Amino acid sequence: MRRRISAYGLTFSLPLLIWQLLFFVFPLVFLIALSFWTVRNFRMQPDFDTVNWTTMYGRAIFWQAYGTTLALATAAAALTSVLAFPCAYAIAFKLPNGARRWAIMLMVIPFFTSYLVRIYSWQVFLSDAGIINVMLGWIGLGPYGLLNTMGATLLGYVTLALPLVVLLQLFSLIFLDRTLIEAAHNMRCGRLRTVFAVVIPSARVGLVIAALFAFILSFGDFVSPIYLGGGDPTTLSILITDTTKSGQQWPRAAVIALTMIVTLMVVAFLSVRFAYRGRK
Amino acid sequence: MMTITNKAGSGLTRRAALALGAAALATPMLSRRAFAAPTELTMLAWYGHAEPDMVAEFEAANNVKFVPKYYTGGDNMLGLISQSPPGTFDVILSDAEYVQQLNAAGYIEALDPADYPFDDFFPEFHKFPGHWDGDTLYSVITRFGFLGVAYNTDALTQAQASTYDLFWDPALTGKVGHFDWHLPNLGQMSLLNGNPSPYDIDEAAWEAIKEKTLTLRPQVGGFFDYGGTFASLNNGQMLAFAGIGDWITGTLERNGAKVRSVIPEQGGLQFTESFSIGKGSAKADLAKKWIQYITSPEGQAKSAQMAAYPCIVPSQKGWQVLAAQNPDEARRQGMVEGPGSAIDLIRTGRIQYRQLPVQQSLEDWNDFWSEYKGA
Repeated sequence: MRRRISAYGLTFSLPLLIWQLLFFVFPLVFLIALSFWTVRNFRMQPDFDTVNWTTMYGRAIFWQAYGTTLALATAAAALTSVLAFPCAYAIAFKLPNGARRWAIMLMVIPFFTSYLVRIYSWQVFLSDAGIINVMLGWIGLGPYGLLNTMGATLLGYVTLALPLVVLLQLFSLIFLDRTLIEAAHNMRCGRLRTVFAVVIPSARVGLVIAALFAFILSFGDFVSPIYLGGGDPTTLSILITDTTKSGQQWPRAAVIALTMIVTLMVVAFLSVRFAYRGRK
Repeated sequence: MMTITNKAGSGLTRRAALALGAAALATPMLSRRAFAAPTELTMLAWYGHAEPDMVAEFEAANNVKFVPKYYTGGDNMLGLISQSPPGTFDVILSDAEYVQQLNAAGYIEALDPADYPFDDFFPEFHKFPGHWDGDTLYSVITRFGFLGVAYNTDALTQAQASTYDLFWDPALTGKVGHFDWHLPNLGQMSLLNGNPSPYDIDEAAWEAIKEKTLTLRPQVGGFFDYGGTFASLNNGQMLAFAGIGDWITGTLERNGAKVRSVIPEQGGLQFTESFSIGKGSAKADLAKKWIQYITSPEGQAKSAQMAAYPCIVPSQKGWQVLAAQNPDEARRQGMVEGPGSAIDLIRTGRIQYRQLPVQQSLEDWNDFWSEYKGA
């Protein structure tokens, strides 16, 4: 039976619809149109030319940057999820209610500080004369090149995504049916095995969504690869700035941006499908 | 209450008489200007040009308030103008190679050369290339700087830094930084390859530059933007830097960092900043007044010492004012006439203008730069 559209329903759904149209659909349509524009003598001109697509997709550096970004974001999602899980697990199952509320608040606090400031502060730790190398020097080690490396970029991604991933994992673990865990224990299932055989599969949706958010945040991030990775290797976000920095090539940058959006949509779709697989 | 009774018997109280007197004395101060809100003058510029150290005096004298919009790089500037309605920016600061683009797009007004103190300038800057279209002036040069080898003075000597070959030194593997913009970096590679006009090169020379540049890739520790360049030089993470000059190291040096720039034996590049009046500006007269102020000898001395980043100024009289005000800074920047001075470097042919590539497209240079970064 078809539901009738009521004024009450529209009141609540229209603002979201308008918001999505204004700030997602219209800009996306404009971005698609822009990717077919041409640039002559520093000036963009409305056009319908596929030259930007063929140029960008024909360049080895584009695919290289695409591969690098995909690999780095995947690694960041996996690493962040692995690091976040023990923390979320401990907060969900080991802390009393009061302490849990404090822990959740502590997880929110990083959002009060600018991400850029947090990344810059990592430079103080990671540089050749930084805190880590000075401490290593006390025991006769180093200095090691920690800054301007892929490892430092990953560290930045983890800094960006970890608090959110912990929170998302936490909420999925808190609402887990605890009788399942008790049942596993009653059936002599060990603690570790319970985690892998009961907790993780039961919280799969939340864990996958958390990892997806880590992937999304890392995939488009510009700050970490520049300020911790030293811009080397080139990621797609860096390639966008490179492209716009010379000759007003915004249409070519639009091609990169659209490729990123499509990639994120595909990854999100596959992740959600995986998360809900077997569920009705 | 005690009253003052005047001869006419008007019955004026003493308090009222005092108030009237005060009002009478203050009347000359009640000019429209004293109460008028300051006129807003919009400026599109690199960071620092509309900060208090530069504009406070002019603002106070002319009841003006600058509203800056800062950009990083000429393309960013062109993008901001093209996305704004005509007349948005009253004053526009531009690097020389972009003035022609501004003019071609109709973003700037023609200027009357008689309005500006060109006679105070060194002859080399009377008719600076790119600022004129035939005999029509579009932009007035206000400052310039040189790009060479930037180095950490704790790790390297000036003699070592006096050649671009330093970047290939095995001891500097992973310690060479690039300011992430193809134009100055590839211009320097062109100078190293012996091209007398580094940006006007044929295909063979361009291929040679690409080949030479790619050999530097294993040495490179990173590609940095404005902030990253400052940070990596300041914390010693990078020991040598290509594509920059005193406009960055001078600022750091003033704050105690162990860095400096030198013009190597193969020569250096010159960037130039100039002011134009935005097309359609409703405050063109005030904008003109600002350009007159900043190109005056006193304004030039101020500009040379700008807090955000120092630069050399084209005004000979400005050099004299700077030498009287701050002789150390005048010496440090080579603004004391004689052998080795900034103007001497230009006259002896050791400096070439940074410009857009002549025989290749800008995209060719940019595409190669992206490929180099990904190599």
